[in-house]
Formats: sequence, C-alpha cells, structure tokens
Amino acid sequence: MTVNGVKKEISVQISLSELLRQEGFQTERIAVERNGEIVPRGSYETTWISNEDQLEVVSFVGGG
Amino acid sequence: MKKDCELRKEKLPGNNGAMEGREKPISRRQLKEALLERYTPEMYEKISGSSAAIAGLGGLGSQIAVMLTRAGVGKLFLVDFDRVELTNLNRQAYDISHLGRLKTEALLEILKKINPYLEVTAAAEKVTAENAGSFFREYPILCEAFDNPEQKAILVNTVLDQCPKTTVISGSGMAGVSSANSIATRRKMKRLYLCGDGVTDLDEATCLMPSRVMVCAAHQANMAIRLMLGKEEV
Repeated sequence: MTVNGVKKEISVQISLSELLRQEGFQTERIAVERNGEIVPRGSYETTWISNEDQLEVVSFVGGG
Repeated sequence: MKKDCELRKEKLPGNNGAMEGREKPISRRQLKEALLERYTPEMYEKISGSSAAIAGLGGLGSQIAVMLTRAGVGKLFLVDFDRVELTNLNRQAYDISHLGRLKTEALLEILKKINPYLEVTAAAEKVTAENAGSFFREYPILCEAFDNPEQKAILVNTVLDQCPKTTVISGSGMAGVSSANSIATRRKMKRLYLCGDGVTDLDEATCLMPSRVMVCAAHQANMAIRLMLGKEEV
C-alpha cells in the first residue's frame, strides 16, 4: 500500500482510523482519498485497509 | 477644490458602482470591450460564463473575490458570518470605512465598484457540515478560504463527499515570513487542489503577512481561472 506516495506493508488488516493514528495524523484536520475516492469522515472506523490500497492524506494548517 | 469634491460626492448614487464619481455610468459593453483588450474572445466567453463560490472572506477569500471580479468572472457566491475589524486591515481587501460591517456586505460593495454588472450573491452564515452541501453543490469551483484548520477540514470533506460536480481549491500554509517561493499549487486529489506551503501553521508562525497571504490567494484565484479555461493541470 502507499500513503502519500510512500510504500508501506501491513501484516494484519487494520481500519483506516487505526492506520491514521499509527501514522500520527490529526483526524480533525485531514481529508483522506482512498484509491481515488474521498473517504467520508464517519467511515474511518469501518474502512478496512489492504496492501493494495493507495491513500492520499491531506493535512490542513491554520491561517487565512 | 474642496467645493468640487463635495459636489461630486453629492452626485454619487448610493451603491451603484457604475456611477462611482462619474457623470455617466460605465456600461456593461465598455467593461467587456476593456477585457477584450486583454483576453481573446474565447477566454472572455469562458471566464464571463463561469461561476465560483468562496467560503471565508478574510485574507484569502476577500482577495480571491477581488481577483476573480477583475478577471471578469460572471457569477460569485460569497459566504462568511464575520464582521470587519481593525486587525483585518493588514491583509484583507477592506478599509476603515468597512469597520464593523458584515464582510459579505462590505465585499459586495468593493466588488460592485470594480464590476457593477457582476452577478454576486452572499450568505452571512457559518458554514457547517450540515449546510455546506446545499450551499456549494451548484458551483463547479469552490475556493476554501477559512483560517481554522478544523473548519477547513470539515468544509473540504463535506463538499468532496456531497458535491460531486464541485472542485475545491483550498488554501493551506501561508502564515509566517518564509520565501514566497515556498507557496505552490498542488493537485492533491481528483477534485482537490491545495495552495500554500502546506506546512506552516499560524500557531507556530505567529504572524500573517499581507504579501504571503496574497501570494497564496493569487495561487487559488489563478487555479480557479485555469479551471474556468478548461485547464486541470496545476
């Protein structure tokens, strides 16, 4: 699988929310695209990640 | 001289920007001809036939609105619940005469002085996960211009999920005094462009400079214009 273009291997199937926690993302400040489709915020717990998935995680920072 | 100024002021008819200090109003045709001195007819048709929404009318959003209006965009929708305050004047499009007024109203006045024929609507409301979908669904382009990162995330997530025809151009990372060259436009998702350095948070940088904020706003406005012209690459 890839997260923002960086290859990663997962040994056990995990949820997206667990993966985001492991990778240190602040879930209140991100948007996630999985294989080209946006993952709705309420679905992080129930979205299961496999080694074929491509994830794009966008983090927002303050100021405007 | 003083008398002259007073006389001219009396002739100013309310909010009609077309008359702004003039005997005769600037016509729609005159504005079109002026833009055609700068664009090809094809570009003019595409831009004037386009619409965009702007969420947040601060340092990014007010300047994006001014740029898109100058560019000749046909239709704008503006959303912000806030009022103009003194700390805004270092980087936002407002001036002292706008202090205390709703940003939507103040900006409408500014835009009408640039193009009195601009079709512009505004909502002085807070954008939430509940109303974002209905606010922005009909707009092909949304410029996200909030300052709070959690609000940015709520808006972008909701619109990408609920508005399948809307492309979002978001501003993220323009605080501080780093080089303007660190600010770029990136296509992060199919329908999400990110403008900014992507990393400098206001909490850490502790300052917002007009120059850097406007560079970011210009990136957002430029990407919006590129989309209107049918160019999807950054």
